[in-house]
Amino acid sequence: MEKGKNLVFGVYDEEAVLLHAVDKIRGKGVKIHEVYTPYPVHGLDDALGYHYSNLPIAGFLFGVTGTITALTMMIYTLGFDWPMDIGGKPHIPLPAFIPITFELTVLFCALGMTGTFFVASNLNPWTQPKLLDPRSVDDKFVLALDLATNKQTSAQLSSILSETGASEVKIKSDN
Amino acid sequence: MQVTSSVRPPLVTNGKTKKDVTDDICKQVEGKPSTAWKIAFTMALIMLTYGGYCLWTTWYEGIGMWGLNKTIGWSWDITNFVWWVGIGHAGTLISAILLLFRQKWRTSINRAAEAMTIFAVLCAATFIIAHMGRPWVGHWVLPLPNAYGSLWQNFNSALMWDVFAISTYFTVSLVFWYVGLIPDFATIRERATGIRRKIYGALSMNWDGSAKTWSRYEAVSLVLAGVSTPLVLSVHTIVSMDFATSIIPGWHATIFPPYFVAGAIFSGFAMVLTLMLVIRVVFGLEDYITINHIESMNKVIVCTGSIVGIAYITEFFIAWYSGVPYEKYTFINRALGPYWWAYATMMTCNVISPQLFWFKKVRTSILWTFVLSIVVNIGMWFERFVIICTSLHRDFLPSSWAYFSPTLYDVGDYLFTFGFFFTCFLLFAKYFPVINMAEVKAIVDSSSEKKK
Repeated sequence: MEKGKNLVFGVYDEEAVLLHAVDKIRGKGVKIHEVYTPYPVHGLDDALGYHYSNLPIAGFLFGVTGTITALTMMIYTLGFDWPMDIGGKPHIPLPAFIPITFELTVLFCALGMTGTFFVASNLNPWTQPKLLDPRSVDDKFVLALDLATNKQTSAQLSSILSETGASEVKIKSDN
Repeated sequence: MQVTSSVRPPLVTNGKTKKDVTDDICKQVEGKPSTAWKIAFTMALIMLTYGGYCLWTTWYEGIGMWGLNKTIGWSWDITNFVWWVGIGHAGTLISAILLLFRQKWRTSINRAAEAMTIFAVLCAATFIIAHMGRPWVGHWVLPLPNAYGSLWQNFNSALMWDVFAISTYFTVSLVFWYVGLIPDFATIRERATGIRRKIYGALSMNWDGSAKTWSRYEAVSLVLAGVSTPLVLSVHTIVSMDFATSIIPGWHATIFPPYFVAGAIFSGFAMVLTLMLVIRVVFGLEDYITINHIESMNKVIVCTGSIVGIAYITEFFIAWYSGVPYEKYTFINRALGPYWWAYATMMTCNVISPQLFWFKKVRTSILWTFVLSIVVNIGMWFERFVIICTSLHRDFLPSSWAYFSPTLYDVGDYLFTFGFFFTCFLLFAKYFPVINMAEVKAIVDSSSEKKK
């Protein structure tokens, strides 16, 4: 949660209430800063208007890198650098290269994609988030509105949150 | 919004709420270790110490400490290796393949099953490294530039494929497991104070549960599941090729890949059941790991067990049908030769005993499930022993015929892996959330019994 932001946030108890609230609030033209949930709520990213993550594309590109790495390594080492006579078989036997090519494709894809995810979402062991409400990793849903991006006053935003079913509404100001 | 058919029994019983999920799972992470845990941990450490001594001796003196002879060059070591890798199949199968099939019952068991996978693969690796004889040159299996030319590995060899398959499988399983743990570590972090907060804080990687991060998390989980699915199947396929690409009668069979994969899932599920039945009682998780979960897993066992049974019979038929005298002799010798007792154990444990799960009474009985899950793993150990040892012990020359007897060091090295496995698993069960809280919370509203 970024520093220096003035946020109004509502705490919701139920997943269904939260999803309706997101629709209603966005319907009123109020911009939602972010929603914090204890588990992936089905349909929430659609309701918030988030486009589907590009991470699978990154995963694909990493996978292709793995494929190329594996084939290059095997063809270079066995075909050119030191060709060995193994039972008189071809020096570049592609069918025999399939298993390692597959494994490195998977390895690069998994590691690269997870690494990209960590970087994109700023997941790292040395910083600690300051949660608006610690219950958002337990059993509550927190919907935060940023005062800077909305023209309404904090009182207006608070009443919008409680109208949509928030059980508690709080204000967090940093300055 | 999730809609679950009302006909289906609830996955989580007793009307648990989301808050209950957090409390029930965090309870054992936060509390002091119980006496039962301490006793089990001490026993694991004793096994680890004795096994560690035997393993050290094996490394120091060489694999001559084992009961191998000039005819039988592979025995307990490779048997144990294949056995552990097989057990290591269930975790990723449950978390990846069942995720793709949208089997929601996996949520209660995937965490522990994945942990089991990771530890089992490490145990398997122990035997590979021990079998190298000179473990300090273990890095020679990797394509690193070296002072011999560079002289490279033979990438045509199934043993090289194994190096890549097992290390990829271990790495990807570890990543998959850890990504799933991050949100749960954040839950524990917010409940902890002091040094525990620091440790779980570092483990939880700055997780704040924002919708954007969850959306990316789901994309990553889905793709990881997608790539892990063929990976799981490839690993035991490649392990089976260690045998199938040779020309030893009894090993040289194209049926091996599917037969080994089915066997791996069979033994892996059995091991998951053995562990889960203990965990659910010790940690009081009967509402999360219910009879329905146990029954579903028993159904997988009866299915894969039947595949394994058919594979045994097919092997026999093909040995006769091929008309190859060596092949025919190997199989007759397997069943009626000096190792008949191993063969009989394998057949009883793997072919007959899982068929009992056709009866609903047996399938839903905790005692039966526990006993049979252990029987299955005994059977699966014997399967690998039978394949490896009986195919080797009668060499092509009758003057080379031999019999394998394990030494104390064979037994000790095997005990080492048990000690290692249980030490790791008990540490995991105490300090990590044994059930994926986030995933269970996601199904608790739609699948729990109506809240009172």
